[in-house]
Parts: sequence; C-alpha cells; structure tokens
Amino acid sequence: MNKTVTLTAAVGAVALLAGCASAPSAADLDQQALAMIKASFREQGIAKLDRIDQDLGQAACSSDKAPSSDLAKRIESESLKTIKWPAPGQYLGDWREGEKLAQNGRGMTWTDASAEPKGNGGSCYNCHQVNKEEISYGTIGPSLYNYGKLRGVKDAADPASAAIVQYTWGKMWNSKAYAACSNMPRFGHMGLLDESQIRHLMALLLDPKSPVNQ
Amino acid sequence: MKRSWVACALLASLAAWAQPKSAADGIAEYRKMLEDGNPADLFEAKGEALWKQKRGPKDASLEACDLGKGPGVVKGAWVEMPRHFADTGRVQDLESRLLTCMETLQGFSAAEIAKTPFGRDEQKNVTALATWIAASSRGMKFSLPQSHPEERRFYELGKRAFFFRGGPMDFSCASCHGEAGKRIRLQDLPMLTQNPGDGIGFAAWPAYRVSNGEMWSMQLRLNDCFRQQRFPYPGFASDVTIALGSYMGVNAKGAESIAPAIKR
Repeated sequence: MNKTVTLTAAVGAVALLAGCASAPSAADLDQQALAMIKASFREQGIAKLDRIDQDLGQAACSSDKAPSSDLAKRIESESLKTIKWPAPGQYLGDWREGEKLAQNGRGMTWTDASAEPKGNGGSCYNCHQVNKEEISYGTIGPSLYNYGKLRGVKDAADPASAAIVQYTWGKMWNSKAYAACSNMPRFGHMGLLDESQIRHLMALLLDPKSPVNQ
Repeated sequence: MKRSWVACALLASLAAWAQPKSAADGIAEYRKMLEDGNPADLFEAKGEALWKQKRGPKDASLEACDLGKGPGVVKGAWVEMPRHFADTGRVQDLESRLLTCMETLQGFSAAEIAKTPFGRDEQKNVTALATWIAASSRGMKFSLPQSHPEERRFYELGKRAFFFRGGPMDFSCASCHGEAGKRIRLQDLPMLTQNPGDGIGFAAWPAYRVSNGEMWSMQLRLNDCFRQQRFPYPGFASDVTIALGSYMGVNAKGAESIAPAIKR
C-alpha cells in the first residue's frame, strides 16, 4: 500500500515535471496554429475553405523571417513557369480601360457575388501611386508614376523595350516569379484578372500616351 | 473686440489656406470635429443599462460577471484582455467572455449568439456591452497578463496567425500591418507587430464608423479585415480571433486606450 502511494507520487511528480518542461516547441506551435486556423473559419459565399490551404510560397512566406535563399529561388522558378505569355505583339490594350481597373478595388470577398475576373478590379491605387492626378493612393508598393517613361519605353513593340515589357507582364501575372514573398497579388495566376484586363493595365503603365507617362 | 475676433479668424483661415494641408491632416481634423458628438455614446449608455438589467431565461443581470478582475469589476478589464479564465480554462477576449457570462448568468445560448450575424438580436447587445466595458477603461494603458502558460501560448499562436498568408490575393495581416508609415489609399495603416502608439490600432476599438453608421467591436473589426484579406469567414469569438487579440494586445503594452473611438 505504502509502496503504491510512493509510486503514484513519483509518477505524479514525473508528469508534473514533464508538464513544466513541456512549454510547446516552436514546431508544436506551428502545428497548433495551423489546426487553430483550420478550425476557426467557415465558408461564406464565394470564399470557400480551400482559400486557407496554402501553396508552397504562401507557407514559406508566413512568418517574420524570410525563407532560405534556396527555397526562395525554387518558389521564383516555379512561379516563372506558371506565367502565360500573350501572343507576340499582343501585350498592350487600352490605357483608359486600365485606369478604370486600377481605380477599382472590388472583388473576391465573401460579399461579392462572383469570383469571375469580369467583376474584379486591379486594386492598383490601394498600394501604388499611378496617375499623378489621383491623390488617393496607397504606399505599400512603389510609385508607378512615369513607369514606362523612366524605363525608356517609347514604343512597346520596339525590340529594345522587350525585356521591360515582358517583365511587367510577368510581374502582373505572377509577382512571385521575381520576389518569392512579394506583397503583390498574382493577378493572372490566381485568376483575379483575365488576359485582356492585364493588357489594359499594361497599356496604363507602358503606353507613351497614358497619363502615367506624361 | 468683436472686430478683432473676426480679423483673427480671417487671418487664421488665410494661414490655413496658405499652408498646404496633407490629406492625413485633413482627415485628422475631420475626426476631431466628429469627436464632439460621437454616436458611440449612445451604445455606451445602452451597454451600461444592459449590464444592470435582469434579462434572459434566468432573469439575471450581468453584475456578477467576472471579466478578469473579479465579479462585477468593469473598470480596467478591457485593457487586460484577452486573458486566461480559470472557470472556462480558456483564453478569452471581451466578447467571448460576455458570451460565457450571458450563458451562465442569464441562461442565453452562447453558441446561438455566436452564430447570429453582427448587428442583429443579441449580437447588438454584445456590441453595446463591449462598447461600455471598453469605455470604462478609457485613458488606461494596455497591460495584458502573460503569466499563465495559455496566455503565452495564445500570443505565439496569434503571431503565427498574423503572418499566415492565404486566399486568392496571398494576404496576411502583416501584408498591411507589418511595416510602419504605410497607407491603403489615404488610410494610414497601424503597424501592429509593436506598440503603434496611444489610441492607434488595438487601442482605438471599439469604434463608431461614420461611413456606414455602425458601431464596430474588435470582433467585427477583425471580421472585416479577414473579408478584405479575401479569407473565408472567421467564427465569432473563434480561437484565431482571440489569439490575434492576444498578439495585438500584448504588443500594444503601454498604449493608452481611447475606445470608443470615431472613424471615418
């Protein structure tokens, strides 16, 4: 009897000690946070639960520490492969339509009826200065005022401009091809905007006649 | 006398006109003007009445509710929440704690209230109660307890939730609130990974929103952040919302609460 009590006490003490020592490790907390997030959300309208299933880049860019340079390079090269390039010479649309899209910050929330690109804006002014006339612009991204002019684009069809024209298309299609943890949404890759909408935004940035380049 | 007053006013307005005002100055001035008649006062008064009123299936008031500083103690409770509660064994924010008290003391169903959309039925009352309780800590500094292991764990979980990227736009809380001095359009964004200052960020809610004429509790503030993040819908008083409260609240240590604030 006495022995049992001693044994029980000893087991209890070990458990208590283990309890004291077992402040959760960083890896435990990572797992617990994922489980907590999964359990905390429900679908609503077009916002389904698959939106919190992370892909490689989202998971790698989910802490205050940047991913290793190897992992960042892998994310960038895989992202580059996803870019759908337009037919040659079909990079630019109408800058007037581009300005409307840049102003429009709507789409993809659980209060929006449809997730089709037609209902979505480009939200450019949320984060960037674009056309100098619009003073209500955000500062999370760099200023895009004079974007084409500063890069010497006088004619987007000129082979001398090909590199910057292609980069700009790629950046809008999948920003993570050029910076693994870019803050910018992947407009083409995630189906936020369609090809013709991206063409209009390309024109806003690169057409010498666009107000951006005045 | 009268003439000199007019002259001074004219001079002052000329000076204001001559000096280009930044958009942020203009917005701050507009908010200052609004403060004189903050409709949050009405929600505050309603919340205080609800706290004392006998209601629910058990016909009881909330005056015995323990918000962390002992039964019935309201002053100072808001600036120490979320915190761990021994009776539920959980870390709770103000609104989840109110659900507990409304269930145990008054006999309401906490699950039923949590499922009710914002601005309807008992949810309206939770918002009014939260407004009054937060207002009772106006001018006090945030100081969330971190002595219980669960409080420290929730801070860590909240930090991970803050940086969690997802959705069709790859946004996390940190996309907008991870750097100092940034804006969305003209809206200044508080940096929430540290103390953003008195009455800014966590220390500014609940707040009355002039643009839509609604009183927003912290739960509704977080809910709309997730909507704009293009995430699915966070459950009312779900763990992710409480953990984010722990993270932001602990980071805001020393910040003075101005709740209920008034927002554009």
